[in-house]
Amino acid sequence: MLEVTGLTTKYGAIAALRDATLTVGSGEVVGLIGPNGAGKTTLLNSIAGLLKPSAGRISFEGRDVTGHPPERLLLSGLALVPEHRRIFTDMTVEENLKIGGSTQSGANRTQDLNEMAELFTVLRSKWNTAAGFLSGGEAQQLAIARALMSRPRLLMMDEPSLGLAPILVDAVFELIDSLRQQGRTLLVVEQNATRMLEIADRAYVLRSGEIVAEGAGGELGKHDDLFGTFIGG
Amino acid sequence: MIELLQNLIDGLGRGSIYALLALGVAVVFGVMHLLNFAHGELITISGYAAYAAGQQGWSWYIIAPLIVVCAVVSSLVIERVAFSRVRGESDFTLLLTSFGVHFVVSAVFLLYVSASVKTYPRPGWVTNTYSLGPLNIEVFDTVVIVVTIITLIATTMLLQRTMFGLALRAASADFDTARLMGVKSDSVIRGAFALSGLLAGIAGVFWLMRSGSTTPSAGIDPMLKGVLAALIGGLGSLRGAVLGGFALGLAEVLLRSRLPDSIASLTEGVVFVLIALLFIFRPQGLITVAHAERV
Repeated sequence: MLEVTGLTTKYGAIAALRDATLTVGSGEVVGLIGPNGAGKTTLLNSIAGLLKPSAGRISFEGRDVTGHPPERLLLSGLALVPEHRRIFTDMTVEENLKIGGSTQSGANRTQDLNEMAELFTVLRSKWNTAAGFLSGGEAQQLAIARALMSRPRLLMMDEPSLGLAPILVDAVFELIDSLRQQGRTLLVVEQNATRMLEIADRAYVLRSGEIVAEGAGGELGKHDDLFGTFIGG
Repeated sequence: MIELLQNLIDGLGRGSIYALLALGVAVVFGVMHLLNFAHGELITISGYAAYAAGQQGWSWYIIAPLIVVCAVVSSLVIERVAFSRVRGESDFTLLLTSFGVHFVVSAVFLLYVSASVKTYPRPGWVTNTYSLGPLNIEVFDTVVIVVTIITLIATTMLLQRTMFGLALRAASADFDTARLMGVKSDSVIRGAFALSGLLAGIAGVFWLMRSGSTTPSAGIDPMLKGVLAALIGGLGSLRGAVLGGFALGLAEVLLRSRLPDSIASLTEGVVFVLIALLFIFRPQGLITVAHAERV
C-alpha cells in the first residue's frame, strides 16, 4: 500500500533521514521505533508532505506521490496524527472534528461526526468545549478522531502516547488495538517500544537517521542488542 | 455627561471604520503572518475607481458597491501578483513586500493619473445631523455603526458556521496542521485576502464618502489606523482587532474634545504616546493570542 524507497530528508545541509526504505501493506500495523532524534518524525512528516525529501520516492496505492503537499495526500487517503497532537485549542471539539472532515461531503461529515461521538465517549461529553480545556489523554483521542474524519486508508500517528500518564497510555494503546481490529492500516511512531512491538505486525528500528533493523513485532522484541538503541547504547 | 455620551457616539462611528480595517489586517496576518502595510492601498485604488465612475456621471449609490467590488478584486490581484510569491518567507520579507506594494501603488497613481486631489460624487446627507434629546448625531455615523454591526455579525457567522470559516480559523492557529486536515493553502489564503478586501471595501465606502476625495497617498492614513488598531488589539486576534479599532476611535474623539485647544491639533501625537504606553505594559496587545502548544 505504501512503499518508501531511498528517502533522504535534509534540514539545511544536515540529513535527518538517510536512504530510508520501508513498506506498509494493506491492513498492517507497522511500528517505527527508535531513540530521540533518530529521524522518526522526519520520516513521517516527509511521507505526509510536510517536509520535502531531497531524494527517494514515495508511492501510495501504486501511485507516485513524492513531493505532493499534505492536503493532496489527505485526498489520496493518507492522514497523519502529528506529534504533540496539535489540536486547535481555540476551537471546540466538534469544530476540530469538522476540520478533520473538511475534504468530505457534508453528508459524510455529519455521519462521521455521529460515529465519532459513539466511538469516543470522552469527547461526546465535551462536544462544545474549547479543545484547549481537554486533558492530555482526551486531546490525544480528539487528535486521532480528527484524523479519522478524513476516512483515511492509511493512518500515521506520531508518538500518540507522548507525555501521557501511564493509565492514559494504556487507553491510547487500547485505541490503536481497536483500530487494528477494525482492519485499518496504521504506521505508528512510538518511543514506547515494548508496548508498540506487542501490537505491531512488523516494526522498523531507526537510529541516527537510518533504518537499522526490520522484523515482525515479536521477533524484534527479543533482540537485546537492538533494545540498547532505545536507551541510547 | 451629555458631552461624554456625545463623544461615545462619535467615537463609535470613527471606531467602526477602524475596526473593519483592523479586522481585514488581522485576517490576513492570521493565515500568512503578513502585517499588511499595503492594506490602505485598497482604499486608494477604490478611490480612483470612484473618481473614474464619477467622471462617467455615475451616482454615489452605484459608486458605493463599486468601491467594495474594487477593493475585493484589488486584494486578490495584489495577493496573486506580490504576496503569493513570498509565501512562507520570513515575516520580515513579507513586511518589506507589503511596503513595496504600498509604494508601487501610490507611485502608479502619481505618475499615470495625477498628484492633485480627485473628487467624486457623494450622498447629500453625509453632513446631515439629527437630534436625539440633547445629542446631535450624524446621519452618516448612524449608517456607519449599523452597517458595521451587521458586517461584524455576518463575519462572525462566516467564521463560526461555514467550513471556510473553520478552515480560516484552523489555518490561523496552525497552518501546517490545517493542511494535514486537508485545508488547501491556496484557497484559504485567497479567501482570507477576499474577506480582507471585502472588509476594507466596506470601510472604504465610509472613508471615501466622508473625505469626498482621493490622492495617491490616500491609503496611508487608513493603513496606519488599521494596522495600529490590529496591534493594539493583539495581532492575530480577530476579536482584538475589532476591540482595538473601537478603542482607537474612542481615544481619538475623547482626546480631541478634552485636550486644551492649544494642543488639540496634537491629538494624533498624544494617541501614539498612549499606544506606546500600552505596549510598555501589555506588549501582547489587549487580547493575548495563545500559540503555546499543550504537550
